[in-house]
Parts: sequence; structure tokens; C-alpha cells
Amino acid sequence: MTKRQLLMKRYIFPLVLAFSLIVGSVSVQASEEGGLPSAGTNVQDQASLQRGAKLFFNYCVGCHSLKYMRYERIATDLGLSEQEVMQNLNFTGAKFGETVVSHMPEESAAKWFGKAPPDLSLEVRAKGADWVYAYLNSFYLDSSRPVGWNNTVFPNASMPFPLWELQGLQTAEMKPAKTGADPEVEKLVLSQPGKLTPAQFQQATRDLTSFLEYASEPAALERHHYGIWVLLFLAFFTLLAAMLKKEYWKDVH
Amino acid sequence: MANVFTNIGDWVTERAPNMMPAYRKHMTEYYAPKNFNLWYYFGSLALLVLVNQIVTGIFLTMNFNPSAAGAFASVEYIMRDVEWGWLIRYMHSTGASLFFVVVFLHMFRGMMYGSYKKPRELVWLLGMLIFLALMAEAFMGYVLPWGNMSFWGAKVIISLFGTIPYIGGTLVEWIMGDFLPADATLNRFFALHVIALPLVLLLLVVLHIAALHEVGSNNPDGVEIKKGPKGNRWDALKPADGIPFHPYYTVKDLVGVGFFLLIAAFIIFFAPTFGGWFLEHDNFIPANNLVTPSHIKPVWYFTPFYAIVRMIPSFLGSAVWGVLAMFGAIAVLFLLPWFDRGQVKSIRYRGTGYKVALGLFVLSFFMLGAVGAGITAEVIPEWFGNVDVTFWENLFGRTMTLIYFGFFAFLWAYTHFGWEKTKPVPERVTTHD
Repeated sequence: MTKRQLLMKRYIFPLVLAFSLIVGSVSVQASEEGGLPSAGTNVQDQASLQRGAKLFFNYCVGCHSLKYMRYERIATDLGLSEQEVMQNLNFTGAKFGETVVSHMPEESAAKWFGKAPPDLSLEVRAKGADWVYAYLNSFYLDSSRPVGWNNTVFPNASMPFPLWELQGLQTAEMKPAKTGADPEVEKLVLSQPGKLTPAQFQQATRDLTSFLEYASEPAALERHHYGIWVLLFLAFFTLLAAMLKKEYWKDVH
Repeated sequence: MANVFTNIGDWVTERAPNMMPAYRKHMTEYYAPKNFNLWYYFGSLALLVLVNQIVTGIFLTMNFNPSAAGAFASVEYIMRDVEWGWLIRYMHSTGASLFFVVVFLHMFRGMMYGSYKKPRELVWLLGMLIFLALMAEAFMGYVLPWGNMSFWGAKVIISLFGTIPYIGGTLVEWIMGDFLPADATLNRFFALHVIALPLVLLLLVVLHIAALHEVGSNNPDGVEIKKGPKGNRWDALKPADGIPFHPYYTVKDLVGVGFFLLIAAFIIFFAPTFGGWFLEHDNFIPANNLVTPSHIKPVWYFTPFYAIVRMIPSFLGSAVWGVLAMFGAIAVLFLLPWFDRGQVKSIRYRGTGYKVALGLFVLSFFMLGAVGAGITAEVIPEWFGNVDVTFWENLFGRTMTLIYFGFFAFLWAYTHFGWEKTKPVPERVTTHD
């Protein structure tokens, strides 16, 4: 065996094997999300986060808290002033340094909806951005449900759809009923248009999902920022270490 | 200035005369074979990760609240409000997974080059004890954030002990200190995770290295440099093919450290959940004994062993067999030096049968991992359409379990009856001049 073949056998092959295993395992996990369309969110897009925050505080905070998220942190990370946040986003009367807690009493909420609205601080980390985005786009009118709404991504969800003014009203076309099986939704159609066009609404829900993604891990903004420099430093360190090793090992034959 | 240092050095030496000899014995005059390859980085890397886990663990402890009511929120507090808390936590969580990556590779190296064989059986046994302690440490650490997967994972793993006849039920309650994983469970797991098991681990690591330095390191050729020619540049009586551990291998390991940290930093900064493998989605939901996660499965490093539990059916009215098989899967590794009676250590000079068997063993380990992680349950209907998933998964998983244990049985027969056709082992390591 030549030195080169030996190198291939001893180093390159195991490395390639290890790499393909890692990539394989991550892609298997990714496909587990269940074939939902990509949300296309980007937490680095500050304008998108600001629009998403506005939607959240106008439509969601009535019922849902972000109990681990402070108003002050939102201001800092989204490039807003204290005044802007306190006047435009904070409707609960909380102090600037406090966290986002909905005023809805949990007990009555549980009575009204059958289930208290969950805290959304970690929703994207638990369900994935694609799921949240698809969920927000999949509400339809269903008179058989207690609050009149149903959802194809999360069947029999107990939440009424607060964004209907923007999206309009969707209704479901059902598949031909099979005996003994629950009826299945064929597709959703927009039966009454809302204030936004379908494309605008998709962008709005993308912004909202981005904001929730940011809220589930504010550190994501920092880690991307520092990560590049850490990797550059480590690459330089490794190079120096390799040169040092070569120098020391000159006399080993 | 130099004078001051010399004086301090003399002062210490006078009072601790054996310190410098000990340093020389383990560092500058520990002669390691000069032909170590890539596989020999993982020992020092395991030590590096251990130090990382201890240091980041100390800082996490400062802000973690070990109670069922406060644990989950305190982890989010660390992630959001503690300065650099997110980095410390990601270093700890990524470190836990990479610890297993490094240790699995380290163990595989030992199998490949026969490092467990005479005279290094004690090194191997101590290493296996480290592996056991590490599994306990990782399991308890995984429970602490008190997410929903922590809770249900703890419940499933602890209830494995419930399969033991007669005492099982009582034992489970005794371990948990309650009827479910609860405050008492979290409190004791915290104590065990942050002090008891780390102490055990550190002691075992010291013994593992001490035992290694008694007999000297093996190498990719599996030849004993102590039995080879004597005399090197530093010492006329020491092995000709040995080089001082310090500085040669300390600077070489530094290169390994660099590459390893590059990979670790990439994960920490750009993919800390690693697609749900290192930090699982369901663990971002607080523990809830009323809501079961859709798939309860342990973290990836336990999945091969978990698969074995799942694949062994209950019979004679008891489910204990699966649990016995799981512990058996680790017990056979302990006994590896006695299953393998072959005289040739390194895979380079061993028979084809051994190479094939080791390859199949590694394959079965990965495939059992896939079964334990629920990948097969998903892939089978995707690839083969409308088939009986449980049947095919069981068939596949049981075949892999058979291969896993079969490796040890084969290895014994192969070496005991002299079926192995080995190649001649060289007198010295192959890279000498």
C-alpha cells in the first residue's frame, strides 16, 4: 500500500463515514416534522421581528403569555426604545423590566375554551417553526366545534382564530366519507377574503412565527454573532497547534 | 527573578521529594509508542470534555433551582437572564453528547487494536466502570431540566427496575422517593449528579490512567514496545520505539483538541439542539404527568441499549428479560478480554473473520440505535408501504440484538478453537526507522 492509500484507509474513510452518519441522522430527524412546508423564518431580520411583535401584542397576548420574555429584552433585541415598547406593545401595565404575562385569568380561560391557553415562550422550540406557521394558516370554520373553528394541522384545537379579520374565512372541502372513519379534510378554500391578500397574510404569519422563534431563544441572535469569531479563532489555534506539533515531531522517525 | 523560582522549587522539593519523580513518571518519562494514529486522540479528548462538564456544571449549579416547581423556569432563567448563561448551558448539553461520541470512539479503538488484552485487562475494566458511571451521570443530568421528556424518560427508565420479581415495585418507589418522578426524585438526582457521581468518575479516571501507566500504552500495531529493542535518545534502558508523552503527545493532542473544539463550537453556536438529537423538542415543554410525549425515547446515546429492552419479549409472566439483556449488553463488554482468547492484538494482523465480525458488531450497534430512536418505526412504512410495522421492526431489531451478542460468542469460538488465521506480527512498530 502506498502512503496515500494508507492515509485514505486510516483517516479519510472513517471521517467520511462519521460525517455521513451525522448528516444522515440530522436529516432523518428533520423529516420527522411531517412534511410541513418551510416557514421561511429568519430571526436575524429585525424588521420582520418588529412586525411579528406588533401582531403578537395586538392579537395573541390577550390570552397567551410569554412568561420568560421581558419587555426590556424585546426592546433591546428588536432595536426599539423603551417608549415605543411601553406605548405600542405593552397593554398589560407591566413594568419595563417585567415579563410578558397575559391578563386572562387561567381558570375562566379553561372554562371558556376547555383548556387554558398555553404559554408561548418556548412554543417554537417545542413544535418547530414550520409547525407554528402551518398551524396559523390552517384554521377553518367548523360549526361542530365549541368555538366554531377547527384546524387541519392540529385537529380539534380549542383555540378560536383571532387573525380571521386579516386572512378572511376559510372553509373545508371534505374527502368522500368512508364508512366508520372520521371525515377528512381534502383542502381549505378562502370563502370570504380578509383585509390582507393571501400572500400578505402568509408574510404576516411568517413575521409572527419569526417573533415567536426569537422569543423561544433570544440567545440565537448572540450565538450567531459570536459563533463566527469563535470558529475563526479556533481555526487559527488549530493551525498554530499543527505547526507546533510538526516542529516538535521533526526528530521522530 | 529566576532565583526566586528556583528557591520556591527547592523549598517544595525538600518538603515533597516525590512530586517531581511522579511528574516525570507520568509525563516526561512516560514512554508512549511513537505510532499513535487518529484513534488515539479520544482518550485525551474525553478528559477535556470531563473538565468542561465539571467547570460549566459548577456555573450552572449557581443558578439552577433543584425543585420540581422551579427547575424548568430556572433553566430558562439561565438561558435568558444569566450573563453568558446560554453559552454555559449549551457547552454543558453539547458536552454531554460529545462525551459519549468520544467515549464510544475510544472504546472502539480499544476493540480494534486489542487494547483490552493482557496485560491491560485492568485498564479495560476500569474504563468500563467509567462508562457505567457516565451513563448514570448522564441519565440523572437529563432529568434535571424537568422538561416533559425528562419526566417521562425518568419514569420509563426507573420503571425498568419494576420488572424485578418481588422487590421491583418497592424498589421503584424507593428510587423515586414517591409514586411518580417528583420533587424528591429531582432533589436526589441533583445531589447524585453534581457531587456523588462526579467524585466517582474522577476517582475512576485517575485509576484508569494509573493502571495504564503501569503497563504502558498499546498501539495500532499491537506490539509491546517494552519487549522490543531498548535505548532511545533520552534513556538507554527505555523502549527504542517510545517517545516521552510530554512534550510529544501533549503537543500532538493539542491538534486534536483544536479540531474537536471546532466541531464542538460549530454545534454550540449554530446547532445547539442538533436537530433535536442533543436537546429534544419535547423537553422544551415543562414536565406534565398528564400529557405523554408522542414518542418516549431516551437521548441518542442510550438508544442502542433501550432498543434491546424493547426487542426482548416478556415470557414466563415477566418482563425482566429485556432488562437483563440490556445489562447483559454492557456486562459482555466487561468480559471482552476473556471472550477473546486470540494472541494477536491489532486488527491489522488479525483474521478476516474478526474484521467482518467487528464490522457487523458496529453495524448492529448503529441499527439498534435506529430502532431505539424510533427511526425504523418511521422508515419501514415509508419504504415498504402498508406492512405490519411492529412485526418487521421486531424482526429487524431482534436480528440486530442477535448480532450484537453473537459477536462475543463468535469471538470466543473463533479464538478458542483456533479458527483464526492471523498474519505475522512485526517485531517493532511499523513506523520506526
